[in-house]
Amino acid sequence: MNKSVNTTIDPSVIKSNKAAGDVEICLDVKNLSLYYGEAQALKDISFSMKKNRVTAFIGPSGCGKSTLLRCFNRMNDLIDNVRVEGEINLDAKNIYDNDVDITALRQRVGMVFQKPNPFPMSIFENVSYGLRLQGINKRRELEERVEWALKGAALWDEVKNRLDENALGMSGGQQQRLVIARAIAIEPEILLLDEPASALDPISTLKIEELIYELKSRYTILIVTHNMQQAARVSDETAFMYMGDLIEFGDTSTIFTNPSKKQTEDYITGRYG
Amino acid sequence: METQKKHISQQFNEEMENLRNQVMKMGGLVEQQIGNAVTALRNLDAAKAEKVIKKDHKVNALEVNIDEECARILARRQPAASDLRMVVAVIKTITDLERIGDEAEKVAKMAIHIAEDDGVFHSQYAGIRHLGDYVTKMLRNALDAFARLDVETAIQVLRDDEEADTEYQSLMRQLLTYMMEDPRTISEVLDIMWAARALERIGDHAKNIGEYVIYLVEGKDIRHLELDELEEIEKDLMS
Repeated sequence: MNKSVNTTIDPSVIKSNKAAGDVEICLDVKNLSLYYGEAQALKDISFSMKKNRVTAFIGPSGCGKSTLLRCFNRMNDLIDNVRVEGEINLDAKNIYDNDVDITALRQRVGMVFQKPNPFPMSIFENVSYGLRLQGINKRRELEERVEWALKGAALWDEVKNRLDENALGMSGGQQQRLVIARAIAIEPEILLLDEPASALDPISTLKIEELIYELKSRYTILIVTHNMQQAARVSDETAFMYMGDLIEFGDTSTIFTNPSKKQTEDYITGRYG
Repeated sequence: METQKKHISQQFNEEMENLRNQVMKMGGLVEQQIGNAVTALRNLDAAKAEKVIKKDHKVNALEVNIDEECARILARRQPAASDLRMVVAVIKTITDLERIGDEAEKVAKMAIHIAEDDGVFHSQYAGIRHLGDYVTKMLRNALDAFARLDVETAIQVLRDDEEADTEYQSLMRQLLTYMMEDPRTISEVLDIMWAARALERIGDHAKNIGEYVIYLVEGKDIRHLELDELEEIEKDLMS
């Protein structure tokens, strides 16, 4: 995590106006291509995602869905030899412009990974870490924000009496919800979930899915998943990718009952290959 | 329609194949029932009519078995897209096939009724044979459309139902005049009317199956549309 914080970020400044009942475009991808050296991993991808909706990315291994996800918070910048062309516009500003503050971007766009990765600290310290980086020092304020985040991640009741315990002592499902609490504590607008439930048992998985449903009223959520039924259950819109191309993007119910492209149909009915 | 690839799961392939075959088997049985029922009526053959009535339980048993198989596939395979639409279409189709079976049974019962009352199936009632042949053809076409996933044939079945309804209405008018001309025929003619009604209903059920085929192939639910709305959709589908 980038430790050099030049400015203290006031979340209220960054939160955009949420017009009630409005379904605005939140993220607009235009002709996005990505190269790992010579190899092109993303091929001229264009689509728009709506605010407060869940968008799922499905496709066979190696199709580029995780690579695409990492574009939204510029995690790919950390990889050598990566070249990005095209635009990703967040509220009409291209996040790849030269004057973009990456730390600020990563505060607006949070990420949760497949393997839960809580810091080797207490539960409280995990959730308050990002807040402290923002310059929030007052104990009272931290406690309020931590409680709010843990409630938002449906974890508060389970941990409220043991906030000082080490996070690594929790179960996988709890750790993943802790990681989500950590991400939402700094009030992002967008959550990137990279196979958030793959490492979890079926019940924890369903709890995470339920959490996603609750979270979407506050955040815009992008989820990469190998589990097609999960994509079908959880998302409003689904993007099917294959070998770096975006094959089809649309309303989830339509994709799973009557997709337009044969490739999509073949993949979701298990006729792939 | 382009040939579909096979599923990676061979078992799933076989289950779907088996499902389709079961539907065709039920369809064939029901077709046979209609044919035998109308023949029994024409010839006032009570024995043949009894056979039709007895055989209806086979139709019902098939409906139950196929329904069960569909629920199993839904639970175990979570089918999507065209596979899902196939299972949904099958569930609906077998309901209509079972009803057709019931209507054929009604026709058979009328045959027995008239025969018991010493009725005479007049040659003037040729209209009923004609209607019977027509709706049998409709059913055959609907099942054919289902087997071959053929939208064109399915749409033709929808059109044919309009014709079947017209024939039924003219047959009814004709039967009315017989009753008015000779009140002694009223009892028998009423039975013929019930049989005609049953045949007209068979046409409706065949039309329903045609609609399911269009849903299955195109993913469009065209039920309950007016004819002009249907023509619009047909233009889209055929282009």
